[in-house]
Amino acid sequence: MSKTIPTPKDNDGQPIFKFWLNSLKPHGKIFTPFNMISVPIMMVGIVLIVIRFVKGIGAITNLSQEVPWGLWIGFDVVTGVAFAGGAYVVTFMVYILNIQKYKPIVRVTVLNGFLAYVFYAGALLLDLGKPWNVINPIIGNNFGVSSVLFLVAWHFLLYMIAQLIEFSPAIAEWIGAKKARKILSGMTVGAVIFGITLSTLHQSGLGALYLMAKEKIHPLWYSEFIPILFFVSSIFAGLSMVIFEGSISQKVFFKQISESDHKAHNGILHGLSKICAFTMLVYFFLQVVVFVHGKHWNFLGSRMGAWYLVEMIGFVILPMILWFVAYRRQNISLVKVASLVTMIGIIINRLNVTVIGFKWDADVHYVPSWMEIVVTLTVLSFEIWIFRWIVRRMPVLRESPSWVPADH
Amino acid sequence: MAINRRNFFRALGVTGVALGTGKELNAVPENFDDKEFYGILYDSTRCVGCQSCEVACALAHDLPEPDPEDYPMPGTIRKTNETRRTVVNAYEHEELGEIYVKSQCMHCSQPACAAACLTQAMKKTEEGPVIWRDKKCMGCRFCMVSCPFDVPKFEYHSSNPDIVKCDMCFDRLKEGELPACVSDCPAEALVFGTRRELIKEARRRIIENPDSYYDGIYGEDEAGGTGYLYLSPVPFEELGFNTKLQKKSYPELTKGFLYSVPSVFILWPAILLGIHNATKNNAKSSDDNE
Repeated sequence: MSKTIPTPKDNDGQPIFKFWLNSLKPHGKIFTPFNMISVPIMMVGIVLIVIRFVKGIGAITNLSQEVPWGLWIGFDVVTGVAFAGGAYVVTFMVYILNIQKYKPIVRVTVLNGFLAYVFYAGALLLDLGKPWNVINPIIGNNFGVSSVLFLVAWHFLLYMIAQLIEFSPAIAEWIGAKKARKILSGMTVGAVIFGITLSTLHQSGLGALYLMAKEKIHPLWYSEFIPILFFVSSIFAGLSMVIFEGSISQKVFFKQISESDHKAHNGILHGLSKICAFTMLVYFFLQVVVFVHGKHWNFLGSRMGAWYLVEMIGFVILPMILWFVAYRRQNISLVKVASLVTMIGIIINRLNVTVIGFKWDADVHYVPSWMEIVVTLTVLSFEIWIFRWIVRRMPVLRESPSWVPADH
Repeated sequence: MAINRRNFFRALGVTGVALGTGKELNAVPENFDDKEFYGILYDSTRCVGCQSCEVACALAHDLPEPDPEDYPMPGTIRKTNETRRTVVNAYEHEELGEIYVKSQCMHCSQPACAAACLTQAMKKTEEGPVIWRDKKCMGCRFCMVSCPFDVPKFEYHSSNPDIVKCDMCFDRLKEGELPACVSDCPAEALVFGTRRELIKEARRRIIENPDSYYDGIYGEDEAGGTGYLYLSPVPFEELGFNTKLQKKSYPELTKGFLYSVPSVFILWPAILLGIHNATKNNAKSSDDNE
C-alpha cells in the first residue's frame, strides 16, 4: 500500500472537515494520457449538452421521425447495461454460490455496475424530451404498467439502490463508520438476491422494448426471443467487461492490490473464461434455434444477411472457441483477446437490433452525428473519472482496514 | 380527465343530426353499447384531394397553415410531421386517374403507443380517440418506436418538445362538435360514427357498388383493428398501405414477457435464497476447493 494514499485507518482521529478536503484533492498524476484526451472531450461535450437543452434534441443529433432512438439509447443504455451485467453474475457466484475465489473482484465489479447504471440512466435524461417529467412513472398517479419501459425504469432505479447497498460497506470502511459498516454488510445478501432478480428481468426487458417494433427491425435480428438472447448474452458481456476492466486496473492501480490478490487474479480469469465459454455455447445454440425457427434462409444472400453471418461467425463462434481454448490452455493473454472480441460482438449485436437493423429498409439511414458520439464519450469519461476517484480513496481493490472482521 | 359520457354522446348526436352528413351515421343510436369506440370512415373513392381536411386540421390545432405550393402529386409521398397531423397523397392509376389517400393517426383499438407509454401520456380514451397528454409525457419516444404506422411525431427542435399526432379532435368531440376534418370535408369522404356502424356502412357501400370498391376494409383487422377505416377502389398495397401488418394487436407482442415478470419475482428470490443457504458451507471450506 502506498504511503501517499490516505487509508481509512488515517481517518481515525482526523477532523472530518480535513478528511473531506483531503479526499477532494487529486491523488494521482494530473497530466496522464487519459486526462489529456478526456478533458477536452468532456469540455466539448458539456457545451453540446447545453446546446441540446436550449435548442432541442434535433440540434445535435441525427434522430428523425422514423428513427427516434439512436446511439444514446442503442449504445449508452442498451449496450452499456449489458456490459454492467458482470455485477449480478459475480455477486451470484460470491454470495449465492459462496465461491470465495471471486471475492477479490466483487467490490470493483459492483462499483463498476453501479456507476454504469448511474451514468447510463443519466445519459437517458439527455435523450428525454421532457426530462423534468421523469419522476412521473415513479410518483403514483401515472403508472403505465402495461409498458416494458415502465418495468425497465423501475428496475434501473431499484437496482441502483441494491447496488449501492452492496457497495456501501466500502464507503463505511473509507469514512471509518464501524457500526454503519456492520449494519450495511448485513444487508448485502438481501440486496444481492433482489439485485439478481431485477437484473434477470431488466436485462431481458431491454430486449423486450423492441418487441412491438416487429416490422421495423430486420427479420434476422427480430424474434420473440430477443429478451432471452439479451439476458443470456448479458452474462458473458458483463464478464468480458470484468476481465477487460480488471486487466486495466491491474496495471493502473497496481500498488493498491495486495500480493495475494495479484496471485489470485489468474485463477479468477480462468474461472470466468470457463463460464464465458459455456454461456456462449448456450447463446450460440439459442441463436441457431431462433434462426431455424424463423426460417430466414432467404435473407442470407442479402447484404444484411452477410452482416448477420459476420456477427454469428466472427463474434459468436470465434470468441466461443477462443474462450474454450483459453480455458483449456490456461492462456491469460488469450482470455484477454477473447474478452475483447466478445465485447466488440456485444456492441455489434446490440447496435444491430437497435440501430443498424432498425428501419434497415428506409431510404435514409440513421448515422449518429459526431456530436452524439462526443456526448457519449463525455458520459463515459465522467464515469471513468468518478470510478478512479473512488478506487483511489475507498477500499475497492485494496484490502479493507484492519478493524474489519476477516469474514467480511 | 374523463368527460361525462352521456353528455358526450348526446352532444354528438345533436350536431351529427344537424350536420346530416351521413344519415344515421353521424348520429348516435338510442341504445348504444357503452364499450363502443368511435372512429372515422374514409372513402377514397369520394375524396377529391382538395386538402380541406389539412386546412381544417391546421386551424383546429393552431398549426401553420398548409403551403399552397405543397399539394398531393403522384410520385411524391407527403408525410405527416410535427407541423401537420394529416396529409393527403395522390396515386396515379391507369384507368381511374388520380386516387387520393388521407393519412393520420389510425386510432387503434389496442394501440401500441399507449401500451408503450410508461406515464400514460398516450391514452386510448373510452370514446375511441387516442390522445396525448403534455403534462405526463417525458419525451422518451417509445411510442414512436412502437407505433406500426409511424404516427407520433416529435418536436426535435424545441426545448420543451411535444408529441404531435391526430387526436380525432378530442377537445371538439367533448364540446359536441365533429372532428374538424370530418365537418369540413366537402366531398363527404369522411364519416364519423361508432366503429361497428362504420364497418356496416363500409360493407354496404362495397356490396351496393362492387365495381367501384376493392373488396376489403383497411383497418378492420390490421393491428388488431383501428378506429380509422379505409375504403379504396384498388388493392390497398397500390396506395402505399402496409398490408403486411399483423392482424393481432401490437401490445400482444409484449404480453408474454410482461406476464412472466410476477412469476420471476416470486420464484427467483426463493430459489436464490435456497442456493445461498445450501452452499453456505463452501465459504468455510473454500481453500480446499481451489
